[in-house]
Amino acid sequence: MRWNKLPVVHQLRQSVGLQRGMLVAGLILTGIFLLAALFAPLLAPYGYGQLRSPDTGLFGATQPPSSEHLLGTTVGGYDVLSRVIWGSRTALLVIVIAVTASLFIGVLLGLVSGYFGGWLDRVLVVIADAVYAFPSLLLAIVLAIVISGGQSSMIGGVLAAALSITVVFTPQYFRVVRAETVRVKAEAFVESARVIGAGHRRIMFRHVLRNATRTLPLIITLNASEAILTLAGLGFLGFGIEATAAAEWGYDLNKAISDVSSGVWWTATFPGIAIVLVVLGMTLVGESLNDLADPRLRTRRRAAEVSGDTASTAQTSVVPGGALPGHAAELEGGAR
Amino acid sequence: MTSTTLDPTTVDVPKSGPPKRSGGGLGRYILIRFLLIIPTVFILVTTVFFLMRATGDPITAAQGGRLPADQLAERIHAAGYDRPILTQYVEYLGDLFRGDLGTTLSDSRPVTEVLTTFGTATLELAFYALIVAFLVGIPLGLVAAYFRDKVPDALLRVFAIACYATPVFFAGLLLKLIFAVQLDWLPVAGRASNRSELAMRRLDHPTGIYLIDALRTGNGEIVADVLQHAVLPAIALGLLTAGVFLRLVRTNVIGTLGSGYVEAARSRGVRESRLLRKHAYRPALIPIITVVGMQVAMLLVGAVLTETTFEWRGLGFQLSQYLQARDFVAVQGIVVMLAIVVALSNFVVDVIAALIDPRVRY
Repeated sequence: MRWNKLPVVHQLRQSVGLQRGMLVAGLILTGIFLLAALFAPLLAPYGYGQLRSPDTGLFGATQPPSSEHLLGTTVGGYDVLSRVIWGSRTALLVIVIAVTASLFIGVLLGLVSGYFGGWLDRVLVVIADAVYAFPSLLLAIVLAIVISGGQSSMIGGVLAAALSITVVFTPQYFRVVRAETVRVKAEAFVESARVIGAGHRRIMFRHVLRNATRTLPLIITLNASEAILTLAGLGFLGFGIEATAAAEWGYDLNKAISDVSSGVWWTATFPGIAIVLVVLGMTLVGESLNDLADPRLRTRRRAAEVSGDTASTAQTSVVPGGALPGHAAELEGGAR
Repeated sequence: MTSTTLDPTTVDVPKSGPPKRSGGGLGRYILIRFLLIIPTVFILVTTVFFLMRATGDPITAAQGGRLPADQLAERIHAAGYDRPILTQYVEYLGDLFRGDLGTTLSDSRPVTEVLTTFGTATLELAFYALIVAFLVGIPLGLVAAYFRDKVPDALLRVFAIACYATPVFFAGLLLKLIFAVQLDWLPVAGRASNRSELAMRRLDHPTGIYLIDALRTGNGEIVADVLQHAVLPAIALGLLTAGVFLRLVRTNVIGTLGSGYVEAARSRGVRESRLLRKHAYRPALIPIITVVGMQVAMLLVGAVLTETTFEWRGLGFQLSQYLQARDFVAVQGIVVMLAIVVALSNFVVDVIAALIDPRVRY
């Protein structure tokens, strides 16, 4: 069965015990997030920018949770539950745009750079390293200023967040794919393809690319969670999308800072929990994929066997074997 | 991590043959690594400069709509923002080289003064956060490794991931809600109460690091006050790094517990708990040193958000104030400064890594 070989399905079958539990928990959380984002109009009791209902008039500001407003209302008079649900849609949109764009650009540049080498390669590596070393939230702030001038419509805000995250993530894909390309292109089968007379393009996409993508699912899950944190961080610093344009969790948290001091707990708690659960879900998936890919960390089916093979050295990365960029980025942290 | 030099693919590591290491190997490595900072900082500064100018000049951004057009043009001319962009760029680089980052628009202070005034507060916060991270992360990491694949391990790993998944500002808001508002144990915001701040301001040459200033006043109440204000922000920011330390210690201790010399000790009958404390623990701490350096970037960004949550008057708090005032000269200055700090700390990390592990050098 071919679907057994699909990234996540394969690992799910491979996993046992607690590790499977973590992977399943992550998949469930991520699934709920996706469903909430896709069916937001059906699930949310009100619109994200709705201030009044036809029957009872204005919602009122900072109303505690009640039967009409299950999670209360915000200081701006919006329904908290509705904004939490609609917020998942904004987050998903940003993740999809950011991950797709950075994947596309990063993989392409990494492939070309690693395959051809030369001065272009050197320049790209230096630039990628420079961008990579830069705290992602700061870069995102600068780009948000450029793209939307700070104040945002729905499209402007989503694009600003997504593009700034793209710029931050592209170097990660670039580094992984480039490193793998350099490794793969020295393999015998690439040599044979060249001997047969295959062109550069065919070798790059058919022989090298297919073999250089094994760590991408892991990086994608980790980046998706980082994208949410960056978006929320931007929103929290006041670069959010205006409440009337879309719902965004970070923006709502920013508006909730003063509520907290006066004891209004529901405006901050629920958007925050939404962020935590979504990031937790995606990180659990990513972590599990990472552990399953590594025989040293994989939970063994038989407890008795002790592998004595790893004359291990000190690891600075949680990923044994050193610098897997996706993970290093996570260590270094993004928008928090 | 700037794996500029750690990444084996960007560096031609000699794989075979006799090692040609001379006495100057380390010195040469440090020199090359140091020189690599220059293109990094240069690229970042250039990128930030052109991006910030792409939207127009800072004066229009700050004042646009509030001033009549002729006054606006006059002020733009006075500040030199109507000259060709390349001229401005060269001038900016020159100023930067001399340590001049410009003057803020909103409160007309030199950016360097803002950096030195508020940088100490950020440093202090990051320092407290690191202490929290060590106290929480390392012991819990050992526990997790000891109970590998059992329930405590699973719980601790989920805890570590939760630390990562929780944005610092949300952690901060929750802590504030519980411990400052509901329980009323700790202050809600700020770095010290007004009375303590006044007392510390009376010192000659206050350092700006409140703990030191408080100790210098010799007043126990002030010291307690300063520490009480620090608890919640330190925990909010520290837990993030604690999660990283926890996982790192766990992975490395599991690695060393399976290595030959630990196996040998085990076969001599050394108890499992002693193996953990005496044999596997210390080698597993080495990577922590390098990771602490990598955490600088994370702590700085985290501090920006934590300070906003707790009105901790440091660089991050100022940054968000300037962002709201649309004072992009100040924003640019702070961002460039932070980038330089990160680049330097990455350099230090790589040097320490090279001192510890000769294989890193090339």
